[in-house]
Amino acid sequence: MAALRKYGIPALLIVVAFIFPLVDEAFELDLLFPAIIIAIYVLLALGLNIVVGFAGLLDLGFVAFYALGAYAVGWFASTQFSQVSFNFGSTATSLTGGEVPGIHISFWILLFAAAAFAGLCGVIIGAPTLRLRGDYLAIVTLGFGEIIPRFFQNGDDLGGFNLTNGTIGIKAIDSPGIQILPDAFDAWQRFSTLYLHPWYYTILVLVLITVYVNVRLRDSRLGRAWISVREDETAAAAMGINPVTTKLWAYALGGVFGGLAGAYYGAFIKNIFPDAFSFNISIIVLCMVILGGMGNIYGVILGAILLQGLNFYLLPQINEWVHAIGNALGSPLLSEADIPKYNFFLFGVILVLMMLLRPEGIIPNRQRAEELRSGEGGDVGDALGGNINE
Amino acid sequence: MTTVEASKSRSRALIDGVRDSTWGSRLAVVLVAVLVVLVGVQAVKEPAQFTSQLVIGVTNGAIIALVALGYTLVYGIIELINFAHGDNFMIGSFVGITVLSGTFAGIGLFAPISSGSGALLKVAGVLIAMAVAMVACGLLGVGIERVAYKPLRNSPRLAVLITAIGMSFILQNVGLVWKGPAQIPFPELISDANILPTDAVVFRWKDLFVIGVTIPLLVALSYFISNTKQGKAMRAVAQDKEAASMVGINVNRTISITFLLGGILAGASGVMYGLFNGITVFNVGFTQGLYAFTAAVLGGIGNLTGAVVGGFLIGIIGSMADQYVGVRWTAIVIFAVLILVLVFRPTGLLGDRSAVQGGGQ
Repeated sequence: MAALRKYGIPALLIVVAFIFPLVDEAFELDLLFPAIIIAIYVLLALGLNIVVGFAGLLDLGFVAFYALGAYAVGWFASTQFSQVSFNFGSTATSLTGGEVPGIHISFWILLFAAAAFAGLCGVIIGAPTLRLRGDYLAIVTLGFGEIIPRFFQNGDDLGGFNLTNGTIGIKAIDSPGIQILPDAFDAWQRFSTLYLHPWYYTILVLVLITVYVNVRLRDSRLGRAWISVREDETAAAAMGINPVTTKLWAYALGGVFGGLAGAYYGAFIKNIFPDAFSFNISIIVLCMVILGGMGNIYGVILGAILLQGLNFYLLPQINEWVHAIGNALGSPLLSEADIPKYNFFLFGVILVLMMLLRPEGIIPNRQRAEELRSGEGGDVGDALGGNINE
Repeated sequence: MTTVEASKSRSRALIDGVRDSTWGSRLAVVLVAVLVVLVGVQAVKEPAQFTSQLVIGVTNGAIIALVALGYTLVYGIIELINFAHGDNFMIGSFVGITVLSGTFAGIGLFAPISSGSGALLKVAGVLIAMAVAMVACGLLGVGIERVAYKPLRNSPRLAVLITAIGMSFILQNVGLVWKGPAQIPFPELISDANILPTDAVVFRWKDLFVIGVTIPLLVALSYFISNTKQGKAMRAVAQDKEAASMVGINVNRTISITFLLGGILAGASGVMYGLFNGITVFNVGFTQGLYAFTAAVLGGIGNLTGAVVGGFLIGIIGSMADQYVGVRWTAIVIFAVLILVLVFRPTGLLGDRSAVQGGGQ
């Protein structure tokens, strides 16, 4: 029975996820695009979950890694640097048959490179902040999360060099593709924007790898070190755990998955610009982690699906209902209301209500629930942020 | 002790201080010195432009300082970064423009006060707008504390911080529903004209207005904290909540009053921001709030004098960055200051919490 729970339910979910595009096609649901966006957010939420949920470091600037991943792909798979011409395994082809300007590197290589780059940035951002108390740490990460998109926004003239193309952003990022496949699989040779199945299966595989890595990490020596540092840093250090490297690993691995999500997003959406990486994204992802249950991998996935589902499906639906009510009552205020515009109101309410009523989330992590619930005592003030030392 | 001996021992203390300092702080001192010299060179080259920019910096700094005080007061008492405070400031500016427009909830109460109105009406309008905004924001601050923070008094600190972020988003959307996503213009009630007879240095009536409102508010706050019974209670609660409640101080009421004070200052600051810059927008509280928070941290969070000093410094740093680095880099410069201060000197320039707690730690 336990084995069924442990392996049966995940296996069933994976099968459902794999046949979903066929169902979507058969019933013409047109849900693949939202499904892909939701999957990107699942990646982001799983990345943030390592930092916030496992290691207990509140990160308010997670969007920075997302942006770094996206721009890494933007730089090396588009015509952004048209001064040079370099092609390595890319799907980019020139219409005239000559050399394509810009750097074009295979998406599959870039996916790893972007993840590694974002992870490295995680270490760089994390290193100076490790001495800080929990709430100061949150503000520093918020500062980085604000600086990096603004840097991309202003990076079109760095001493005359156009690094990021400013507010216009990087356009026409190459599609991924597996060119070695036979011609029968032409949709897989170069992913098209119209046929989303290859995109869907790619992100699905990425999500599955991420979930697997997360589960293994949680149960690993490092995962236990994160939990112990979160609960009591001094005691953990006394037991031989190095809190500095432990926390840096959390930042690095969180950054890796953030960068992975960003890289995929960049290739999928094709045009990236700095406004797409605002503070709001950090908060949406944080909402997902908190709603689902900090530290619980399946809770976090559920949180991501629920919140993005809300964004894509429920809010437009509510909008229609409100319009219908407004029309019936003859009230222009209701019939012309634009409900989806106020989705952040809902996110704010979710954050407040969850913290007030159920701080451990929908599917709680048992240890976190104990920490968050045992608030009546005197010295548990540092339960959430393991590094609050006073 | 003779003066020679005194100066000798002072110089020895300085040498010892330098010897004991870490490489990080030495580097920071060198960096700050280089920046000051660079700005100083500009000041010598074009003194008039520099002075005008300094005036703008001081005025912006006054607006920031008032918001920073709200952060620092709350942090001094319950150690919470009140994220919603910046949005309280935004609501203050919205209340101000609503009062000036004379129309609330679709009901026209009086004709809008605009740049064409009479002088007396303008003065009355500005004063009433500020008073209403101060009351509204003060009450809003207290209300937020009651609803969102008080139930979490014994929860982990970051749980309260997350709640505060949630409240910030709620307030932002209240602003969005109330006035829409576009920038809202403020009427030109205070003259843009230069007070000084020369054209070289610009010191406008607007600047005078902001500074003239800020200073009495600061004096009043300082009097309240240091001379009244309630102020004493605040300092006591900041030092030790349990001990304070044992000697008969109503801790909950004291915390509410702290939020009230912060809200009042944010309301005044919000209206001044609108009148000074001529516009406001629903998400102005985010950046301005972060600037103010940076100011509070720079001065030493919990330290009231520090918040004021930090506010003026951030205002000046911002205006210098506007002039000598480029407007679009200003936000990056200020956030970089925030990060550098938090990382290298988290206690700020004037130290942590000394003023509210009545003496340094």
